[in-house]
Amino acid sequence: MPKFRELVGNNKVALLFGLLCIGAIYTAQNPLTFVAAELFTRIGRNGFMVLALLIPVLAGMGLNFGIVIGAIAAQIAVFWTVYWGFTGSEGFLLCLLLSTPIAIFFGWLVGRVFNKMKGAEMIAGLVLGYFADGLYQLFFLYVIGGLIPVHNDRLIISGGIGVKNTIDLAGNLKYSLDNVPMLQIMKIALAVLFLVTLLKAILGVMKKKPPGPRCWIGLGAAPIIYALTYIPALQTFLSSDRLLLLHAVLAALGAVIAWQLWRILYNKILRPKEYSLVRPLVWIGLAAVGFFLTNIRPLEAILLSVRIPVTTYLCIIGLCFFNAALLKTRLGQNMRTVGQSQTVANAAGINVDRTRIIAMIISTLLACWGQLIYLQNIGTFSTYGAHTQVGQYAIAALLVGGASVKKATNKEAVIGVILFHTLFIVAPQAGKELFNNAQLGEYFRVFVAYGVIAVSLAMHAWKRAVSPGPKRIKT
Amino acid sequence: MKDISKEYFGNPVLKNVTLQVKPGEIHALVGENGAGKSTLMNILFGMPVIHGSGGFAGQVEINGAPVTIDAPHKAIDFGIGMVHQDFMLIPGFTVTENIKVGREISCPTLLSQIFSKELETLDLEQMAADARRALREIGLNIEEYVLVAGLPVGYKQFVEIAREIDKTGIKLLVFDEPTAVLTESEAERLLKLMELIAKKGIGIIFITHRLGEVMHYAHSVSILRDGELIMRTAVKDTSMVKIAELMIGRKTEKYVDSVPNQLESVEIALSLQDFHVDMPGEMVRGIDLDIRQGEIFGIGGLAGQGKLGIANGIMGLCRSQGKVFVWGRELNLGRLGAALASGIAFVSEDRRGIGLLLDQSIEHNLVFSAIHVQEEFLINLKLFKLYHRRKARKHALKMIELLDIRCTGPAQKAGSLSGGNQQKVCLARALTLNPKILIVSEPTRGIDIGAKKLVLEYLLELNRQQGMTIIIISSELVELRSLCHRIAIIADGKVAKILQPDAPDAEFGLAMSGS
Repeated sequence: MPKFRELVGNNKVALLFGLLCIGAIYTAQNPLTFVAAELFTRIGRNGFMVLALLIPVLAGMGLNFGIVIGAIAAQIAVFWTVYWGFTGSEGFLLCLLLSTPIAIFFGWLVGRVFNKMKGAEMIAGLVLGYFADGLYQLFFLYVIGGLIPVHNDRLIISGGIGVKNTIDLAGNLKYSLDNVPMLQIMKIALAVLFLVTLLKAILGVMKKKPPGPRCWIGLGAAPIIYALTYIPALQTFLSSDRLLLLHAVLAALGAVIAWQLWRILYNKILRPKEYSLVRPLVWIGLAAVGFFLTNIRPLEAILLSVRIPVTTYLCIIGLCFFNAALLKTRLGQNMRTVGQSQTVANAAGINVDRTRIIAMIISTLLACWGQLIYLQNIGTFSTYGAHTQVGQYAIAALLVGGASVKKATNKEAVIGVILFHTLFIVAPQAGKELFNNAQLGEYFRVFVAYGVIAVSLAMHAWKRAVSPGPKRIKT
Repeated sequence: MKDISKEYFGNPVLKNVTLQVKPGEIHALVGENGAGKSTLMNILFGMPVIHGSGGFAGQVEINGAPVTIDAPHKAIDFGIGMVHQDFMLIPGFTVTENIKVGREISCPTLLSQIFSKELETLDLEQMAADARRALREIGLNIEEYVLVAGLPVGYKQFVEIAREIDKTGIKLLVFDEPTAVLTESEAERLLKLMELIAKKGIGIIFITHRLGEVMHYAHSVSILRDGELIMRTAVKDTSMVKIAELMIGRKTEKYVDSVPNQLESVEIALSLQDFHVDMPGEMVRGIDLDIRQGEIFGIGGLAGQGKLGIANGIMGLCRSQGKVFVWGRELNLGRLGAALASGIAFVSEDRRGIGLLLDQSIEHNLVFSAIHVQEEFLINLKLFKLYHRRKARKHALKMIELLDIRCTGPAQKAGSLSGGNQQKVCLARALTLNPKILIVSEPTRGIDIGAKKLVLEYLLELNRQQGMTIIIISSELVELRSLCHRIAIIADGKVAKILQPDAPDAEFGLAMSGS
């Protein structure tokens, strides 16, 4: 029982918003298929941005309101890409190439500023965001067309100076990442795998270490898997870019079972050692239950109604793995040390300022890519508004998941995105049902976004505070 | 280190100091607080505070070759390690992570070969194995995967040492007052370990206030006073009295010699009944005490037995339970500040934590409590109140003179004072409240003999001239016995015995051990 209590106590923010979500869904009476479809679109759209917030938290710099600056880097790249007329995945790649150096440079600048005001990074980030917004407006309203000659009726205000309020991305960048078919991703992944293994082998030979069996398996497996994709049935399945949620869930359940079977095989037969079978069996059992659940009518309806953009989701999953992998490196450990105590880090010979700048660069760069994903999905680019709320919304989502200024994990980020956006989807309708006024529903939505930040910060402060009042002492 | 000079903002703190340590030698560095020991060590470590304030003059040499150390990681590269007084450990990390901080073992990966070594993955198993070896070497029997946050204070010190030992090629190890926070048995174990490390050919600089330790364990000693090197000598050629004399520069006598006058008064100033306090590490489990008016009452006992909890409980800083009467009136224990309002002032043992506002001036520190509790030092304009700057300044100057607080002026920040002077500021602040009862917790912890004597003498004077009731809580029995009328010894959260100061040593010893 105390364990259960602890579990509830540690997750009370997420639990509260979970209940709120259920309540709002119930009141709004939207069809669940609609909510699910919207939700999965929004996870793909915003998930990357929220995950970009984790590293600064780790490095003790709090919630990075400075991700607005990363978003600005992305938008500069998007403007030029659209202006030069590149479209589809080519356009998206060009955006990546253009925005990456800009974001790294901006991240470095932000990191420098944050090092000058240690302990006040959050407020500094917020204000820097506003400042950067000012420069951004100057650039887009005056420099483009005013100093740099740009001629394009669709992009430039009729006077010839300044960029129009909205840029339509339909027909050039819209869905440029979402629409990359699975087959292509697979080809790229196999090529990368092949090259990496090859490179490893070459490096090994250069250091007079012959490549091991793993290396040969890698080199051999890549072409074989590649050949498999030419089987017609597989080819048609893979050449689509959207995956039915049902298939995704089934694949995930299959993966869980396969992974647990492999663990049993590895720990019991290949390298026999003390290994309890309880955990893997429970997992396999859960997967089986999950499989039966997919057959229940309403759930099946939802699973059949949602199609997720595979490539975007792969990017998000990849970022989760990146965050986890970074923790296991020397750099990640340095960041944790700096986050816990700068004095200790300094005495241990860790270059505190440099570590913090690297954390900032990574976060800004990820935020920049996150904004690219967001823009290509939403399809219209509001030149002067797309970046302004980015920081607040991403941070609100992270906080709703139960993260705090000092601690944030992948899990909390994902849960946060799900809860926050569910609330966002159903809030207007719920407001309308409750107050019988659509306008009030809109207000309700804004109220939710900002209220969320305030409530979760307050709840975390609550969790920390212990009152010194009299209480029975055990003797 | 040769001819080291350093000044902070035109204020010289080190004048041509030379310090030499041979491999395998335990070299003690002694001196009053503010003599320049910490600054000297900061220079040795290339701490940013030195280079941020204009560097220093002189030369650091290792094995006869001059070297430049302008960042801590360079000091580490040269094989210099430090065991800090205020544990440089990260509570949220495991013992292994703390031992290996900044020096993690890692395996190369593809990315690290292309980019930088920082992307290598950590070899957690090897790290744990190394940590285990280091822990075994110093004879510490704990698991390497526990979090440091849960360890007792003594163990933390050993984890620090394990960390330094684990560094390969370590040539010089600095121990900065390692025994200050340890119990006697822990301290002894630590010093034995220090000898063991020295035998391996590692030079040791041993900074301490306890001259007994110097005499017993060090080979040679350097004495600093006011930023100057007074003497460097082998320990066997000198004596404890001589070192103490040179440290202070004036003739010392042991603390205060006074015969407490016997009290006739029977009026009870402070009374505790079945008093419990929940202070982590210092639990109080049911105490009954009556303290008479005009008395100097000592509370002694070993660390962790609960003597510190009493004061923190009365002041409302820790959760407490039971009854406390001040001149017969019951104190509301649930309300923070109730004790202050009823005329009790407190000098905390945690100077830097709750005793002082480190970033504020001495002047503000002095009048702060009085402003909030008694609305002193304010100009009352009916609608609102303003800070009475002139009155506060006058008071601060008076206190600085009275207690001989060594500072550049009342506007200096309290955090930049040396330990002894910080303690004087704490005391002065408590006195600003004009208390009827003064509780002083560990008044002489971490301060030098000169300041110690001054503080104790002043307490005595307060008692004699103003009849102030004073409660002294201290780990140093000598101090209590030279000052107090009665001494209560606390063991296991309860009063073991109340003794007269002239009771035989054996009785004190027995009371402390709880029998």
